[in-house]
Order: sequence, then C-alpha cells, then structure tokens
Amino acid sequence: MKRQIIEQLNMQDITPEDIGDDQPLFVEGLGLDSIDALELIVLLQQHYKIKLSNADDGPKVFRSVRTMAEYIMAHQAQNA
Amino acid sequence: MIHLPDQLYINASSLISQQVVYKDRRPVFSDQGSDLQGFLRSAYQGLQVNYPKFYKMDNLSKLGWLCAEWLLRDHFSGEVYRPQDVGVVLSNANASLDTDIRYFESTRQFASPALFVYTLPNIVIGEICIRHHFQGENAFFIFEHFDANFIEQYVGNLVNNNILQACICGWVDCLGDGYKAALFLVEKKPGPQAMEFTAENILTIYHSDNG
Repeated sequence: MKRQIIEQLNMQDITPEDIGDDQPLFVEGLGLDSIDALELIVLLQQHYKIKLSNADDGPKVFRSVRTMAEYIMAHQAQNA
Repeated sequence: MIHLPDQLYINASSLISQQVVYKDRRPVFSDQGSDLQGFLRSAYQGLQVNYPKFYKMDNLSKLGWLCAEWLLRDHFSGEVYRPQDVGVVLSNANASLDTDIRYFESTRQFASPALFVYTLPNIVIGEICIRHHFQGENAFFIFEHFDANFIEQYVGNLVNNNILQACICGWVDCLGDGYKAALFLVEKKPGPQAMEFTAENILTIYHSDNG
C-alpha cells in the first residue's frame, strides 16, 4: 500500500521504507495536503472499491498507513 | 510636459528548449537522452535543490518553475524587494491544454484531483510565486506566437508606474513533446549582465537557442 500511495501521489523522491506505519500522513508527517487527500480517496476507490461515504471519517482513516490498512481490512471483512 | 518612461533592464534570462537549459544565453544543462518528462526530472535534479512538490506539478508548471529557478539563482536577491513589489507576467500559445487533455483522459476512469488543479495556465505563476514568496501583480496571456513588443509594453507599464519594482516575464509553453520556456528578470537598475529591456533584446534572447 505504501507503494500505491507513492505512485498515486507522485512522490518520486520517497521509497516505501521512508514511510513509517504510524507516521502521520498529513502536515508534520509526510506533509500531504488537501489535494493529496482527494487522491487517497481515489486510491481507495480504484484499488479497493471502497467509497468513503462519510467525509468526517477522512481524518481518522487517513491518519497513517496503519489506519488506512485497518480501514480497508475492516471494509473487506464486512463485505466478505 | 511629457514624461518619458525610464530605461529598464533585463538583468538575467533563462531559456529551456530542445533539452537544453540556457542561462544568460549560455548552455548550463543538457540531457539529450530523455523525453520531456525525463528531461524535466534530470534538470530538477541538476539544480540540487530540495523541493518535493516539484514532482507533483504538471509539465507546464515544472517547465516554468525550472526556468524561474535558473533565472533567479546567482543574480537575484529577494531581500532587496518587498514581496508585493515583485510580479510575474507570462504568456504562451497552448494555455493548459497539455494537462487539460490528460485530465480529460483521467475522467474515463477516475478523475484525478491532482491533475484537475493544473487545468489553468496561470497555476505555473502560482508555483513560481510560492517558491520565491512573490506577491506582486501577475497575469497570464495567451498568444498564437511569442510577442516581444507586448511584453516590453505591458511589463514596462507595470514597472514604470511603480506597480512593480521587478518583474519575471516571458513565455512558458508546453503541449505533448513540444515545449519552450524563456524568462527575463526585469529591474530598474542594471546588474552586471544587463541588457536594455527592449523588444529587440527580448527577441534576441528568445531566439538564442536558434529556434
């Protein structure tokens, strides 16, 4: 998923190893911005067929790679 | 009494064309082995600056940003001016069509927000202003061809009327693999490499790649 994030956000000077599992994705962490947040929503739709139905969930879901992975796994378990 | 406009000066110029970067009409970087995308990346790496947002820009913004970076290094001290005294006036023939097409293609599957934000030609001005903290007057004009007379008159008017004290102006155009960027740093006082800010000199610099 780190590789997908790097590709989706065109972060060509960053490797998957540079992103910590619990590192904040926004502001003081990876420094992502609001456009990147929209790209992450597209990533969820494109790769995992997940539509983020409640915008208020965004900050919680996109806090880190781990929270994103947990959200995806929970969604997949729900739809299994 | 008629007040004649003061003589202004081109204190620096930069040109990017045919995989070569020129500073003050001398080639300073070249990478003939790449396509445009690869060339822009290697030209950025050649600058040895750390600006990760560069990678997220569209080709038009990358081109203008790189050209401004070469233009302003060595010759320009931003501390001399207040942010609102430095402006950017650009022009081109293809507006943001290069990215408009890419964005349209992305909408067939998932419309890309990152592409959408570059579907205006003046975004390149924003990228240059953010990088260098410029807050002065800016404008982007679409012309069929590079118009040195217009640049001389429009920018001359802005600086002679003290709307700006310095202006980065010129041409940044990109569509597919075709591209050219030529920027000029215009100021009131002549620097060591100064040329008079005239349409003739603007054209001489613009064609210094023999293009």
